[in-house]
Amino acid sequence: MMQAELISFGFIIAMAAASIRIATSLMYATLGEMLTERSGILNLGIEGLMILGAMTAFITTYATHSLELGVIATILVGVAEGLIMSLVYGRIGTNQHVWGVAFTIANFGLAYFVYRLYFGGTAGSLSIITPYAPVRIPILADIPILGPILFEQYAYTYVAIILFVVFAIVFKYTIWGLIITVVGDNPAVADTAGISVYRTRYVAVTLGAIFMALGGSFLSIAQFNAFLFEIVAGRGWIAIALVTIGNWKPMRCLFAAIFFGFIDALQLRLQALGISEITLAGTAVTIPFQLFLALPYVLTILFLLIASRRADYPTALLTPYRREE
Amino acid sequence: MLRRALLPVRALVATFLVGAIPVMAAGANPLTAYYLMAAGSLGDMIAITEVFVRAAPLMMTGLAIAVAFRAKFWNIGAEGQLYAGAILGTLVAVNFPELPFWIHIPFMIVAGMIGGALCALPGILKIKLKVGDVVTTLMLNFIMVIFTSYLVQNVLKDPFTRWPQSPPITESATYPILIPFTRFHLGIVIALFFALVVGYGLIEYTALGYEIKAVGSNEIASRLAGINPTALTIKTAIISGSFAGLAGIGEVAGIRHHLIATLSPVPIGYGLTGVVIAVMSGLSPLWVVVVAFLFSIIINGSQTMSRLTGVPIFLGEIFQGLALGFSLLFLFLDQYRIRRVR
Repeated sequence: MMQAELISFGFIIAMAAASIRIATSLMYATLGEMLTERSGILNLGIEGLMILGAMTAFITTYATHSLELGVIATILVGVAEGLIMSLVYGRIGTNQHVWGVAFTIANFGLAYFVYRLYFGGTAGSLSIITPYAPVRIPILADIPILGPILFEQYAYTYVAIILFVVFAIVFKYTIWGLIITVVGDNPAVADTAGISVYRTRYVAVTLGAIFMALGGSFLSIAQFNAFLFEIVAGRGWIAIALVTIGNWKPMRCLFAAIFFGFIDALQLRLQALGISEITLAGTAVTIPFQLFLALPYVLTILFLLIASRRADYPTALLTPYRREE
Repeated sequence: MLRRALLPVRALVATFLVGAIPVMAAGANPLTAYYLMAAGSLGDMIAITEVFVRAAPLMMTGLAIAVAFRAKFWNIGAEGQLYAGAILGTLVAVNFPELPFWIHIPFMIVAGMIGGALCALPGILKIKLKVGDVVTTLMLNFIMVIFTSYLVQNVLKDPFTRWPQSPPITESATYPILIPFTRFHLGIVIALFFALVVGYGLIEYTALGYEIKAVGSNEIASRLAGINPTALTIKTAIISGSFAGLAGIGEVAGIRHHLIATLSPVPIGYGLTGVVIAVMSGLSPLWVVVVAFLFSIIINGSQTMSRLTGVPIFLGEIFQGLALGFSLLFLFLDQYRIRRVR
């Protein structure tokens, strides 16, 4: 049965479409973290911010019956948190990874605190909303193979892919991309050239925070229809892994996110079929599904081990910058 | 010196002041809520022993991180090292039933400490890549939890139950209960010994402790003084990881008596809380003990407080985040404080 399903053509198309769909949350998170890291800041607050974004979008949508207001509220929360984070990361700078842990813990607590406060402690009854539905793009969706894979996705997904293309162009061809890169690589040089290191980092961290919060919101108002406990389930940490695997380059990060969307889709499919391990071509080698879960983390360490000399990481990452006035 | 000692007190006061906002938003009186928090965790003898039970792993992860951060080894992976220690320790503890306890328990402890140390070692990627230690130790947290979940569902699964857990550890590897009818086990005394004697002694009275402090206070000067940063990072990773591994042993041998994939709370586990404790303690082993008890009281007391006031239990996590944030803020402000030099 397994074999028959794996080779069926429809199954492959459905898997490809599901991979991109499931990757959407990771795309926003990875884009946000990449942008932040390119400016020289490591934001470990990403996991907590995604949880906060998921909660904000859900409660706003639940209260107003408007998904759009849910998205707007998420963006506002992203801006507010981003400004606080950029002030801390930019001005204080030292121990930014420890500050990130503080943000994650506090935002995790805050998100579940507010959710419990709003809905009460009623265990058992789960509040739900009507989530976003995928949008079929006319004509394009009729293209064989590519149509059902690429053009029957959520609006969130289209926007995410467009954003990646935009940032790829920004980093490659525009002065803004150059400014962020210089600030991330050598803030002192940037400062000498008359670029405001602080302002650049404020913009990068705040924009990054908006994307992180949006990544969380996709889960609660599109992929799922509720704010489940553990809804983000480590996607923020995976995004940090994906930025490393993507070598801090936008398009590589996008493909890394889609690849892990695929791994996730495959793993979910195997679990749904009740297959806890796969036997490779009848050999004695079996792959437990936990390996798929651990793959992004394992690959990150391997990437750092093998490619650390060649990695294009922003050289000033984690280094605080102070003007010597 | 006095400033550093006051850090936990100042951070705590600020946390309780700002923490009053969510309590009031939930319609409760902050003073009542804080009183119930203390009463719930210190109200009777059983509750007090439970504070010790919770404080033991917090002390060990806090100590692990304090030692690491002192040497600027940014270990965010105490959670993973806790599980690595638990895995190797369990392997020793479920086997060798014929060993007398006075050999079996030390054997298990050593295995657990080796497990934790091994799990911290990849953090030495720091030497090549600036963010190497942060990212690798962070990633290993998830790898170890997933690996534990794999083990208890497959190769290490107890064949006699359907639960995802290892077979029970043998009698001879179980930490004895020291106060009858409570969960106050030998591991608590071991944790206190490690924090107060081993951790403190290491930092204050050994050459290695001197080197760790030297790197922590001035990296360039320490290099000029001939301290080899690579060797020091490796030594620190081993020590830090082995402390966190001991926390895992305590949970298996003292409380659960099986290996399970949920030894530590989710998603803010003992590893992350250890970061809060270490930083709030000003990275001092003695203060780590005090602050670990403090958070044990807050975490245990939150349950009673929540039940009686209706304030959501997640107040405990908000407090952890605030405490870490305020500690970092005060540390930063202290650097820029104007001091009178006599």
